[in-house]
Amino acid sequence: MITDTIIKINQLNKTYHTELGKQIKAIENFNLDININNFICIVGPSGCGKSTLLRIIAGLDSASSGLVSFQGQAISKPSRDIGMVFQEYSLLPWRTVIDNVSLGLEFNRLAKQERLEVAGSFLKMVGLEDYAKAYPYELSGGMQQRVAIARALANNPQVLLMDEPFGALDAHTRILMQKELLSIWEKNMKTIVFVTHSVDEAIYLADTIIVMSSHPGGVKEVINVNMSRPRDRANPIYAQLASQILLMLEEEVTKVK
Amino acid sequence: MSKNVTNVCIMIILPVVFINIWFYLAKSINNTVILPSPAMVLQLLSHPSENLISMGSLTNNIFVSLLRVLAGYLLAVILAIPLGILMGYYAKMFILFNTFVGIFRPIPPLAWVPLVLAWFGISSFATFTGVERGILFIYLNNLKFSMVFIIFIGAFYPVLTSAIYGVKNVKKTLIDSARVLGASESDIFFKILIPAAEPSIVNGMRIGLGVAWMCLVSAEMLPGSLSGIGYLITHAYTIARTDVVIAGMICIGVVGALMDMFFRIFEDKKFKWQRLIR
Repeated sequence: MITDTIIKINQLNKTYHTELGKQIKAIENFNLDININNFICIVGPSGCGKSTLLRIIAGLDSASSGLVSFQGQAISKPSRDIGMVFQEYSLLPWRTVIDNVSLGLEFNRLAKQERLEVAGSFLKMVGLEDYAKAYPYELSGGMQQRVAIARALANNPQVLLMDEPFGALDAHTRILMQKELLSIWEKNMKTIVFVTHSVDEAIYLADTIIVMSSHPGGVKEVINVNMSRPRDRANPIYAQLASQILLMLEEEVTKVK
Repeated sequence: MSKNVTNVCIMIILPVVFINIWFYLAKSINNTVILPSPAMVLQLLSHPSENLISMGSLTNNIFVSLLRVLAGYLLAVILAIPLGILMGYYAKMFILFNTFVGIFRPIPPLAWVPLVLAWFGISSFATFTGVERGILFIYLNNLKFSMVFIIFIGAFYPVLTSAIYGVKNVKKTLIDSARVLGASESDIFFKILIPAAEPSIVNGMRIGLGVAWMCLVSAEMLPGSLSGIGYLITHAYTIARTDVVIAGMICIGVVGALMDMFFRIFEDKKFKWQRLIR
């Protein structure tokens, strides 16, 4: 099968300098090719550099060395082609839902009428068209994240980065949101890179799971999830995969101690 | 309705007690220079447009004072808000200005008086603009540079501090998410930083106006001042008209409280989102 690489990460290193002058290697020699229209989940122990990696791909942080490229072009600053959804609620509290969704379109100088049409259609896609005139504080956490997803998608990015977007939600809402995200992904096939703590979430969502090693962060294992969708959590393969990944993570956590 | 009535009742308890004590004390002291009775003061306040001690009326003097405060205050706002936003956002700007500005902050506006007089004397906006007669001259001549400067100093720091604080406290995620959506640097300023910091900035403007108004009496004690509510008070004191002093003080209090109230109403309306996200 021929696949197109959309994001290429080549020998990426990221070193931080602490205020005391110490150097901390957050990411070391990270290599990864991300294929177009794939759903990638990155799991790893906390502090392994998952979020840093995502921020570098988004162009919000720069690499210390190595290359991260999008469609062959090195990424040096944020671009419309790569969208991002954050764990923390990132909606502008003084704007209505519809005005939040059209924010990216506003930055790209689209005419107002067009903005409202595009934003409206994406709001409909996440099932919140009735809340267009509401303010973020009137919405539940899950609804706010749906608006954030609609806002990212309205910009028509080629790649959607998601940094533990459901981390702050309760277990039940989280499962509903996972289902919804998959249906959105199936509807408008984008490449998704999804960072999560939850092994269960990764197996439910991903085509490919990247297990990260920690201190410094690198690729420990690449696992292809060969299960048909929608995935059944009762499937023995599901449980087997989960225990396999949990074991790897445990190794990484104990390694530090 | 009953809740409002109860609230009004609670609200007027202390003023009523206060005025009664005042009545009683004024009666027992029986010396209008030390403490005039509330009735005397009320008499003055109920005829605000009457000429007092050949110094003009209360309303006229308040108007002159307001004009001065507004001039100094506007100047402070115009300078402090952009500076505060830049200092809040750019770490280098903060380092550049903070120590310098910080040294001037603890100096009370009144301590500037000698220097300000040496610099500006009794020159006014009339001197500056070259207007020498007419109504405009009267108003411009009342805007002494030295007074405007003192008021400016008073209002500047609260506005600056809250602008810095407001911008520094904008959630980083808001800025990052805007960047990822393709925001330019000016989009970040005008569509993220300023609206997010606006409640804090407006709050600083409210406090700044209060301080500016409080600096008024000291500013109007400066030489060259021939009107204004602060001047009325100090002049009334020299001729032992304590009732005029108290009437003037009440005017300062009421006008200051009204300005504060308008600001609060505006804040409540405009920044509903801020109260509700907590």
